[in-house]
Amino acid sequence: MIRKTPFHERTNALNETQLWSHWSGTLAANRYQVSDKMEYFAVRNAAGVFDSSPLYKYRITGKDAEAFLSGILARDIRACPAGHAQYTCWLDDSGYVIEDGVILHTAKDEYLLTSAEPNHAYFGDRIGRHDVTIEDVSDDLGTLALQGPRSRDLLKKLVPQMEKIPYFGVAKGEIGGAGVTVSRTGYSGDLGYEVWIDTPDALHVWDTLWDSMEGHGVLPFGLAALEMLRIEAGLLLMEADFDSSRYAWNDAHRSTPIELGWGWMFKDLKGDDRAFIGRKALEREVADKTSRWAMRGLILDWQDYDRVYNEAGLIPPKDHTPVLEDWMLYDDEYKRVGYATSLMYSPMLQRHIAIARVRPDLGKIGSKVNLETTVNHQYELVAANVARLPLYNPERKTA
Amino acid sequence: MTTTIPTKRSPKSTNGSRAGTTSRSTVRSSRADRTYDAIVVGGGHNGLVNGAYLAKAGLKTLIIERREFVGGAAITEELRPGFWFTTFSYALSLLRPDIIHDLELTKHGFMPLLMSTLFAPGENGDYLLLGQDHGENIREIARHSKHDADAYEQYNHDIEMVCQAIKPVMDMVPPDIFSDDPEEWLALARLGNRFKKLDKRTLHNTVRLLTGSAADFLDDYFDNDLIKGYLASSSIIGTKVGPRSQGSGLVLLYHNVGEHDGIFGSWAFHKKGNGGFTQVLSRAAQAFGAEIVLESPVDSIITKNGQATGVALKDGSEYYADTVVSSLDPRRTFLELVNPRELPDDLVENIQRFRFQGTSSKVNFALDGIPNFPPLGQKPDHFRGFTNIGPSMDYLERAYDDAKYGWYSQNPYIDMAIQSTIDADMAPPGKHVMSCFIQYTPYKLRESDWDTEKENLGDTVQRTLENYFPGFGNLVLQREVRTPLDIERTVGLSEGNIFAGEFFAPQMFFFRPAPGWSQYRTPIDGYYQCGSGTHPGGCVTGGPGKLAAGQILKDRAKSGSKARATSRA
Repeated sequence: MIRKTPFHERTNALNETQLWSHWSGTLAANRYQVSDKMEYFAVRNAAGVFDSSPLYKYRITGKDAEAFLSGILARDIRACPAGHAQYTCWLDDSGYVIEDGVILHTAKDEYLLTSAEPNHAYFGDRIGRHDVTIEDVSDDLGTLALQGPRSRDLLKKLVPQMEKIPYFGVAKGEIGGAGVTVSRTGYSGDLGYEVWIDTPDALHVWDTLWDSMEGHGVLPFGLAALEMLRIEAGLLLMEADFDSSRYAWNDAHRSTPIELGWGWMFKDLKGDDRAFIGRKALEREVADKTSRWAMRGLILDWQDYDRVYNEAGLIPPKDHTPVLEDWMLYDDEYKRVGYATSLMYSPMLQRHIAIARVRPDLGKIGSKVNLETTVNHQYELVAANVARLPLYNPERKTA
Repeated sequence: MTTTIPTKRSPKSTNGSRAGTTSRSTVRSSRADRTYDAIVVGGGHNGLVNGAYLAKAGLKTLIIERREFVGGAAITEELRPGFWFTTFSYALSLLRPDIIHDLELTKHGFMPLLMSTLFAPGENGDYLLLGQDHGENIREIARHSKHDADAYEQYNHDIEMVCQAIKPVMDMVPPDIFSDDPEEWLALARLGNRFKKLDKRTLHNTVRLLTGSAADFLDDYFDNDLIKGYLASSSIIGTKVGPRSQGSGLVLLYHNVGEHDGIFGSWAFHKKGNGGFTQVLSRAAQAFGAEIVLESPVDSIITKNGQATGVALKDGSEYYADTVVSSLDPRRTFLELVNPRELPDDLVENIQRFRFQGTSSKVNFALDGIPNFPPLGQKPDHFRGFTNIGPSMDYLERAYDDAKYGWYSQNPYIDMAIQSTIDADMAPPGKHVMSCFIQYTPYKLRESDWDTEKENLGDTVQRTLENYFPGFGNLVLQREVRTPLDIERTVGLSEGNIFAGEFFAPQMFFFRPAPGWSQYRTPIDGYYQCGSGTHPGGCVTGGPGKLAAGQILKDRAKSGSKARATSRA
């Protein structure tokens, strides 16, 4: 039986299309309006609300919580004091990424970790002698993301401390009398917040929040709009841009954090004495320069894109709908040099953009590659330039 | 109360950021400081595009604007605290896509918001409501006429084929058919060859649209009046034709050849209206190094021995450059800014008979809430795009009948847009701004004038709206009426024509604005034209500004760097 999120009664009423995905066995709206682009623009121009409740959520408590997480998570959790959150990942012994997620340091010796896949056994089996408890609280908490330039002003009407909360900050507050945790995080690459709500309070909090935002151009947004937002924001999606090493069949489907562009998580590695899982492999990779790929953005050359279609007598299609497939990349000698995994036409950039991995020597910003596409059912190459991720990065995101 | 509107000022402010612009009080005094490589007269969208391209090419460029902010007819004004009115121009589609890239507009806030609906209320509670779901739209059309459902698909396909054929024309300098230069004939041959390759149906449709009436074309496809009324509405915009006039096909085609976000024929609201867009252009132009001076009405172009050397302002001060570009309409460019005696007689004569005949007005409203359309209720859902008050071709043609005989339509065509439904920054929460484009309102009225009739027009529009949206009048917090005379007085467009010259075949392409002068040059060396009175014409295309810049840069390259060296000395 497919499950429903704690907000389903409300999201169902708003879902004009009745198009749903099954996300972690739970109904998640693909789009509420007929046009996902409307929802996308609501986020970029006003604000949007996304029900992210199907994520797995783990509460990690105990006096050894930090020590435990220091050994499990690849990014140094000790650099995340209470009241802050961290984007992190965990690796296997070979230094390949198992998963990524956001961890909230909600209080002393208390953390809340999200993941796309279940990880209870993986974490639980590694507790050892640590004084740590791991609870799967996926069903106990509903989560709503409020994202977009108006999100701060809207949320602070209800939770005044939002005025001051920094990027990746965490605070407790009340909405409609119900206690909530709010983190300044999200998956849109915009100014935005995520609200963590006890399941019994979910509908009440939704109603309070929703009513307070009337007339502000806020729309609920679904997975389709989220996909557009996260590609512009350069945020990777598991099973689209990379796979979990736990279930991969071979190393071609595995990636190291360096290959995924997360090297910045380890910039203080030298002064960090943790023995975390994958550390040795990571150090070897850096020392021996064995990374196979560099994760980058791609911006397609619009003139070249138009050219291949015009020469074929076609109007160049510019569809904002992301295509999550492997798109082969070649150099000018038609040698394969990488592949793109998420491709779309970006309304904010007015260009086709992609998240792609290229051979490390082509990782330099501005390098030229060619993306293979099909026009009139024949392969064609379109020039593209390697760009820095995120491709869209408004100042307000971190301001 | 919203707190996110970025610039909140007293009523009667605009979204014009004045950062980087100079007002008259601070202009420089020494001659060297007042000397530029290029001066652009007029800070409308084409002037800004032109100035930006010239600055990008390294020219020391000055854009001179008469008013206290740039934008020309593409401005957004806060006429009431929190309510932002698109005073004149209100939507985007024909903007040439390469301008977005060349001028890096996305860096400066370019944001074409999707309009998701087309709503055409009919008489007696009937309506046509189209949205973003193709299949749903076909069903909606079938609700009115089963015949028209697939006819609509065929029509759209046929129009797309024609648009694809003529699209390159929008981005090219018209070949000079009067020249002996083989390059011009080569360009003409290339163009001919393009049309030669078209299939019979598309070529014939192209000719039918370029020369015939919208009514004849639409009658071949459709039965239903409401559908025909909606589609025919774009055949009359800004031009003194009815849908049954020969020539209305061209206007229809023109309004379909644009695109936004790469979607052919689609229209968008720019964030914060078209004034939001010209602010983006202004920032881009300045980022490339162009300077903008405001509140500086230009009196005339200074010439010496048939060469432009600068401009004289109304206050007597002067700026100097050997390249001067007028973004004003052809009448002002040739008959006012320069002495017509310096121009060939045939040009003067052609400009004198160039038709303006403004027939459009704007009536803008600040509303206390969303209008009520009883069959669909009082909600914003069906107002997230254009709302078309033109329920049949007969309705439009009768509206035109009034104008033919010198009066404004008693049941006018109205293109409504409640932009605040998709851009919350345009009005306070729960309130709305509504832009109404009105036709027909001829510039020259029989036995009256616009100063007398202005508010009567407002009442006529309001009364018309009341027919469709009962209780509309109770929602009105403020009303702003902008007649062709207001457009002429405020923006400077002759006779208030929104396209800087009507879209008649003899005023297009090779002949825009006059035979032999369609390549942005003028008979005066160094004096150029880049306004909507040149190809590809009106609407917010930016094409004239861009194509003119290309010609200027080509000419400068030909004449060497002599001029630049002197002006920078």
